[in-house]
Amino acid sequence: MARSLALACLMAAIAASALSAQDLDAKTQAIASRLRCPVCQNESVADSPSELSRQMRTLIRTKLQAGESPDQIIAYFVAKYGQWILLEPPRRGILWLVWVGPFVALGAGVAVAMKFLRRVTRPARTMRPDH
Amino acid sequence: MTASIGSASLLAALLVTAYGIGAFVRGRRSEPSGWIRSGYAAPVGLFVLVSASVAALEVALVRSDFSIRYVASNTNLVTPLLFKVVGLWGALEGSILLWQWILALFTLIVALRYRSRHPDAMPYVLSVLLAISAFFLLLMVGPADPFARLAAPPQDGRGLNPLLQNHALMAIHPPFLYLGYVGFSVPYAFAMGSLLSGRLRDEWMAITQRWTLAAWTFLTAGLFLGARWSYDVLGWGGYWGWDPVENAAFMPWLVATALIHSTMVQARRGLLRIWNLALVILTFLLTIFGTFLTRSGVIASVHSFTQSLIGPLFLAFLAIVILISLALLAIRLPHVRDDGRIESLVSREAMMVLNNVVLLAMWFTVFLGTVFPLAVEAINGHKVSVGPPFFNRMFVPLGSLLLLLMGMGTIFRWGRSGPEELRRLGTVAAVSAGSTALLAFLGLREPLIVIGTAIVIFMGTAQLVEYARGVRARRAATGEDPIRALAGLISSNRQRYGGYLTHLGLAVAVVGIIASMSYRTEVERALTAGESFEIAGYAIRYEALMPTVAVDRLVIAARLAVSPSNGRAMAGTRAPAPSAVIVAPSLNFFPQDRTPVATPAVRSSWRNDLYLVLIGIEDGGRQVVVRAIVNPLVSWIWAGGMIMVAAGIVALWPTRRS
Amino acid sequence: MADAPVVGSRRSVRPWIVGLVGIVAFVGLLAFGLRRDPREIPSPLIGRPAPSFAMTLFDGSLFSIGAHRGKILVVNFWASWCYPACYIEAPHLQRIWERYRDDGVVVVGVNIQDREGPAREFIRRFDLTFPNGMDAAGRISIDYGIYGVPETFLIDRAGRIVYKHVGAATEDIFVPRIEALLKGPTNGP
Repeated sequence: MARSLALACLMAAIAASALSAQDLDAKTQAIASRLRCPVCQNESVADSPSELSRQMRTLIRTKLQAGESPDQIIAYFVAKYGQWILLEPPRRGILWLVWVGPFVALGAGVAVAMKFLRRVTRPARTMRPDH
Repeated sequence: MTASIGSASLLAALLVTAYGIGAFVRGRRSEPSGWIRSGYAAPVGLFVLVSASVAALEVALVRSDFSIRYVASNTNLVTPLLFKVVGLWGALEGSILLWQWILALFTLIVALRYRSRHPDAMPYVLSVLLAISAFFLLLMVGPADPFARLAAPPQDGRGLNPLLQNHALMAIHPPFLYLGYVGFSVPYAFAMGSLLSGRLRDEWMAITQRWTLAAWTFLTAGLFLGARWSYDVLGWGGYWGWDPVENAAFMPWLVATALIHSTMVQARRGLLRIWNLALVILTFLLTIFGTFLTRSGVIASVHSFTQSLIGPLFLAFLAIVILISLALLAIRLPHVRDDGRIESLVSREAMMVLNNVVLLAMWFTVFLGTVFPLAVEAINGHKVSVGPPFFNRMFVPLGSLLLLLMGMGTIFRWGRSGPEELRRLGTVAAVSAGSTALLAFLGLREPLIVIGTAIVIFMGTAQLVEYARGVRARRAATGEDPIRALAGLISSNRQRYGGYLTHLGLAVAVVGIIASMSYRTEVERALTAGESFEIAGYAIRYEALMPTVAVDRLVIAARLAVSPSNGRAMAGTRAPAPSAVIVAPSLNFFPQDRTPVATPAVRSSWRNDLYLVLIGIEDGGRQVVVRAIVNPLVSWIWAGGMIMVAAGIVALWPTRRS
Repeated sequence: MADAPVVGSRRSVRPWIVGLVGIVAFVGLLAFGLRRDPREIPSPLIGRPAPSFAMTLFDGSLFSIGAHRGKILVVNFWASWCYPACYIEAPHLQRIWERYRDDGVVVVGVNIQDREGPAREFIRRFDLTFPNGMDAAGRISIDYGIYGVPETFLIDRAGRIVYKHVGAATEDIFVPRIEALLKGPTNGP
């Protein structure tokens, strides 16, 4: 199992180095995967085969070639479609809640669990059969 | 005629459930068991009537009776027979009928199986199950009528949604998913029965442990099948999109996994009673909420094929179930008390408590991400999206934590772990660190991936170590050969070794997930005939377009020659290498939809999948746009899923003793 | 495993009240969700200057927004496969063009995600005479934040987008707004 994994990773490493020649592809992909396809149900611009998404990918590529930065390109799409088009809500204002929520829940849960465990833990003084 | 039989059966079924509930309630108040006895006829009648309804709809589908709106919307004259039959669950009304049929089946099984063994509890349990049926029947008698007629039957139907007609998994995924979903109604009914009757011993939980595990196994199968279907059909090379409907099925799975473990703690230690009651209720609520999400159109997703008017009814049902369940729990709370103890924090019980916390945190994350856009819109009117990047980010730390706890929980023993277990923990950790270091040496570099790999190896190795220990101990006792010892070991304690196997399956799947998400390569190219490109060690050459006319669609396939790339740059046209394999991703044009459905061509091996999609045909057919994706270790995900389902079956297999 | 209540246990009601409020809020949220359209995306372009564009029309001439500065513009995005909405609105748009072109209102159609043959056929079928061109690369439609067809924008004399309509653009929707723009210099609805 480990060997196959190693070989797979080796292949992947080779693939990764080949990718640097396709830098533009990768950058387009990276930006497109942060945007939501406007005509699909819940797909990213990178993944969707729809015509609008293809046009958007071409546009992203053109803008990259023209020297625009990823942030500028993202800002362009947000200016046209609104925050909705970002697949990850920006960490601003009320939207912080969704980023913080899971960890607050986890922390609270762990705290409650530890309290519970301590309360119900009573180490056995004598040898008791484990049933 | 068939429509009348179908509708009448549903109406009769609704009356039968009402009678059953009434009989059981009446029989409880007044002592004569005559009422109770007659109440037992209800599950039988329910199943027979709903089966008649299902049969009626199937007959109508197969015979293309377009006077029935459901048949006209979901099939047409050229729909293949298989898809006519499975078109039963192709859209809303039929899905509800399928749900109801499975519920009726389970209700009957519960009635027959436990009637003699638990006569006091059964009236309560069956009343709850019948009440749930009553809701779904009410839906079908009202707004979601599968047998609604069309005033002017069309000559030809619309046909199944093309995305559904494209793959045989349409026949398997929904039933498995529903078997899982509906299966959780049974533990819920037992828990409610226990709360209603005031009989708050642990018996409800002991009975339903197997039902919960069975439902969980079905749901696991349904989830992996859905992922596989998505992978094979949707054309983006992924298998999980954190789509709201995927989340709707994932949420009960997470909570049910927690429940399976915490009931083990309750069985051994007499702890977590209230917690388990709450978890059972939550799991059931999530199945209803999941159906609501899928069917009501509140959140648009790949699955929401219809906007439906039954949203408000579902919401009302959900609200009622939440309120009644929690009210009952609140009332009985003082009577439910834990009376057990844990010996030490370094124990399997403690790890299970912590794993419950992490699983519930995972559930909360999925829940929050799914409803957050709605909440934000309600508060300030802005539309935001919470998509895969969010969920993936959150699940990396949460998943790692869970895997760690799983590993530790496997190594620690029940009760109190001692130096032997700690030593074993050290060994397993060392082995994991060592193998990861080797992988890093061989090229695995990114820190997050290295850590994730180490953790999953840790968890998987812990399971293997338990197997090794068990086999060795058994061989020392019985002198059997390793294979027989292994078989004997598993059958001697199916729950335990089925559990380890499940964990191992998850480890295999997670390795596949880490690899395919981290090392995926993707390229999209416009090609004319003879042109080729390279991706990740493959050379792909476009040869020609091949149109074929099938019974229900027009298929245009792009003939591609795939061969291993020799690293040298390829330019222009060249004859394909003799070892080239021909693959043909296609676009399927159905008469019922303007947008074609792309069928990817996938070549799988244990190392990676080469995934080719025909995205578009341009320039009058002279140029094609092809997307190529190389996904490492995707096969491991399916293998892991199969191991998990097999392990569930192993754990459920009846032991010869009972 | 006791069936009788534990003596002396205190029941605090507060967590239950909090829970109840939470449930009511959650159900209310879902009820809200049922009443609005999950696929509609509010446009951030309303009130902002209309993105300028130029395109070659089907009749070969060049159309540019800049050339029509100071006029009221109705920019309609359509496709020949968009049935039934585009088929419903086409006669309406043609009538608006005929009625208001002398008052300084320009109706322009932008054909998106389509092919030339069906597009020309569509124009011929409805005898459309207002300027119509094809946005082959999709640049114009992305500039206007298009996510479906048909979508129609109303642009005032100052070049600002004052209204966007998703769905068939009919006279009863647009005529009152056009009239209002014609009356006031830069007042818009």
